[in-house]
Amino acid sequence: MADLRSDIAGIKSPNPFWLASAPPTDKAYNVERAFKAGWGGVVWKTLGEDPPIVNTTSRYGAVSLNGQRIAGFNNIELITDRPLDVNLREIKQIKRDWPDRAVLVSLMVPCEEAPWRKILAAVEDTGADGVELNFGCPHGMSERGMGSAVGQVPEYVEMVTRWCKAMTRMPVFVKLTPNVTNILAPARAAKLGGADAVSLINTINSIVAVDLDNMAPMPTVDGKGSHGGYCGPAVKPIALHLVAEIAKDPECAGMAISGIGGIETWRDAAEFISLGADNVQVCTGAMHYGFKIVDDMIDGLNNWMDGKGHNNAADFHRAAVPNLVAWQDLNINHELVARIDQDKCIKCGLCHIACEDTAHQAISVSGNGSNRRFETIDAECVGCNLCAHVCPVEDCITMEAVDNGKPYLNWAQDPRNPNAAAAE
Amino acid sequence: MVDIQAGRLSAAELAENFADVHRPFDHGGAVVEANRCYFCYDAPCINACPTGIDVPGFIRAIATGNVSGAAMTILKENIFGGSCARVCPTEILCQGDCVRNGPGDRAVEIGLLQRHATDHLDADGPHPFDRVPDSGKSVAVVGAGPAGLTCAHALARNGHKVTIFEGRPKPGGLNEYGIAAYKLPDDFAQREVAFITAIGGIDIQNSKALGRDITLDQLRLDYDAVFLGLGQAGVRDLGVPGSDLEGVDSAVDYIAELRQADDLGALAVGANIVVIGGGNTAVDIAVQSKRLGANDVTLVYRRGPEQMGATQHEQDFAQTNGVRIKHWLRPLQLEGDGNVKAAVFAGVHLEGGALVDTGEEQSIPCDMVFKAVGQAFVPLAGEGPAVSGGRITVDDVGQTSLPDVWAGGDCVAGEDLTVQAVQDGKLAAGAIHRCLVGS
Repeated sequence: MADLRSDIAGIKSPNPFWLASAPPTDKAYNVERAFKAGWGGVVWKTLGEDPPIVNTTSRYGAVSLNGQRIAGFNNIELITDRPLDVNLREIKQIKRDWPDRAVLVSLMVPCEEAPWRKILAAVEDTGADGVELNFGCPHGMSERGMGSAVGQVPEYVEMVTRWCKAMTRMPVFVKLTPNVTNILAPARAAKLGGADAVSLINTINSIVAVDLDNMAPMPTVDGKGSHGGYCGPAVKPIALHLVAEIAKDPECAGMAISGIGGIETWRDAAEFISLGADNVQVCTGAMHYGFKIVDDMIDGLNNWMDGKGHNNAADFHRAAVPNLVAWQDLNINHELVARIDQDKCIKCGLCHIACEDTAHQAISVSGNGSNRRFETIDAECVGCNLCAHVCPVEDCITMEAVDNGKPYLNWAQDPRNPNAAAAE
Repeated sequence: MVDIQAGRLSAAELAENFADVHRPFDHGGAVVEANRCYFCYDAPCINACPTGIDVPGFIRAIATGNVSGAAMTILKENIFGGSCARVCPTEILCQGDCVRNGPGDRAVEIGLLQRHATDHLDADGPHPFDRVPDSGKSVAVVGAGPAGLTCAHALARNGHKVTIFEGRPKPGGLNEYGIAAYKLPDDFAQREVAFITAIGGIDIQNSKALGRDITLDQLRLDYDAVFLGLGQAGVRDLGVPGSDLEGVDSAVDYIAELRQADDLGALAVGANIVVIGGGNTAVDIAVQSKRLGANDVTLVYRRGPEQMGATQHEQDFAQTNGVRIKHWLRPLQLEGDGNVKAAVFAGVHLEGGALVDTGEEQSIPCDMVFKAVGQAFVPLAGEGPAVSGGRITVDDVGQTSLPDVWAGGDCVAGEDLTVQAVQDGKLAAGAIHRCLVGS
């Protein structure tokens, strides 16, 4: 049995699965249920100044893909709409009742020292393990000069982080918005400001759909829509990339990373950790299926780690980071060719038509009906993988390495590159 | 003691037993199922459909929410898409060739998806196909079954005037009189006929039978072309002693009576039933007897399960409905005194491809025997088109030996399926149109 105990920026939790700052962590009632279900920690839904904000209805939009509900999810909800003292009282009680779980508190107040000093002191009094500065929320609050409006200006990120580090003994996490051109700018600013960790990604600016009957962007509030923040399984690839960018950056070294974005399974979590995340935060998966999904996240990660011989997350933390390289460092002499397992082939022809219509005309078809046969034309196959991706049968099309006897050669070294370094 | 009586079950039980046998998809379920379709290149299901419906095309349209488009993709190849969705033996047609058949997987539910799409069209809305202006030509169609109605619809689209002569009091053919009630409930056959004829230019004259009320010679004089969709009016006999006993009935006749009954509770059915035959009609009468309240129904077929005309799906359906199926038994005689009391069979087996008696005999006590050993085309009296193998001889677009007469459906050679009749009618209509416009 692997050891799933987690430590990020000195904050300990029994496992690396936290609930992200969002509706599931808005109240003691929900957090209590989450901890009973087995979640390792929570980031309490963002606190702000009183009076509390007011929300709209509706608040959520979703993308269904081929019948799969909530492949992507979006919201226009703001920060907590409950009075500050109610939240603080509940946080204090929860931390007292669940001392082994991590309780961070997400914060968002105007970019002035006084409100930050005030709220940090109030949170410190609850006994919470740390704070997360919400510089990521891209809707509503950003119009009021907070959330992603701060996260998009590295100087503000650094300034506020520095204030907070000076004002509290609690670890400071900075939650980053992906709505920037280069994630390293705000990440480095957080590091310069002294952040203990960055949490990313917050949600992505989005309109999930248009109600074509009413010509209203969705989600719709009384006939009108407003851009919301996109999350859920669909955003995982974007989040993985941004986490890895920071994990690879020498200037960000030493700053912990809490990975967020489309994480619903143990496998998602293992991928984030292998690309540099110290733990992970989950929201959409829990909102879709309830808190029980953590059971399989814990069990599945454990079983996978046991199978790989990993005793704890440190054994594979950042293990994939060295393998993330610039395109120009890829081996241009590496050659693959598609292999179609005729015993597994169900004759659907998707590989053929994909290659024929949109790629390299490298899969031939012969015969008729159930005797149809699809075969790779090796001389035309460029090893692009398209056929393997469209094939509905697992492991029917595999990509086989061609032993061409050629050594590693990258683009910088390739004689076909007009700008290649001169050969020795 | 003979036990044949009506009202074995309550009205509520009968209503449940004869309600729609297939549960249709709701919208969400249809989308999930539609997304199971791989959208194959040159899909085998298209080739497996006698009418060549673009199956992946209409399924994708369901998946994208373009359900009206899906319906039109179906109906433009098969105007009987609604009833074919309900009665086609999909397990040996489109679904039988689905690439998802295989270990650990199952075919896409093409039939149910087709039903979802065709049901989506508003029956009371405007007819989805247009008619071109009147061509001045007129065509007589004999028989208002799927072949004749399909032919009529396609001809009407091309501006020709069509008169359909139907021997029975109602149009629809087997959909109205022959298909098991629970496969086409809620008067579906008549609703579909109304939908098809809503294109206009089609006049149906019921209770006008060829040879009785009208003659082919006169039709050939009165119309520019004739299409014969006569079906198979004849019922094969058992050819064994006792076939004339009371309680011995033709399955086809009884099903027709059942289909036309206003009150199923008034239909008399035996306590113990023997059905002789191995086709879909045998299964239909066996299951419907059971659902009318018969205690014990035995279906007896002279060969094995593989040779049965009823598909495996139909055989399974019979058995899950409590019908006992016995194989390798040949009818010897029906015994009784006034009413049939027992059916006696000889055991048979195959020897060099021929059925040979084993010497065993089996007697099955019964109150009713249904003959379901096949139907036959009844040739026309007088100067009709040439016939071979007991069916009207046609070329590949349905033309008979007579230059102005075409034929299709069960009266010509080929699979006796609704969907095949539709294709016959469609091809013949194309040929007739080309002939009428001289191209």
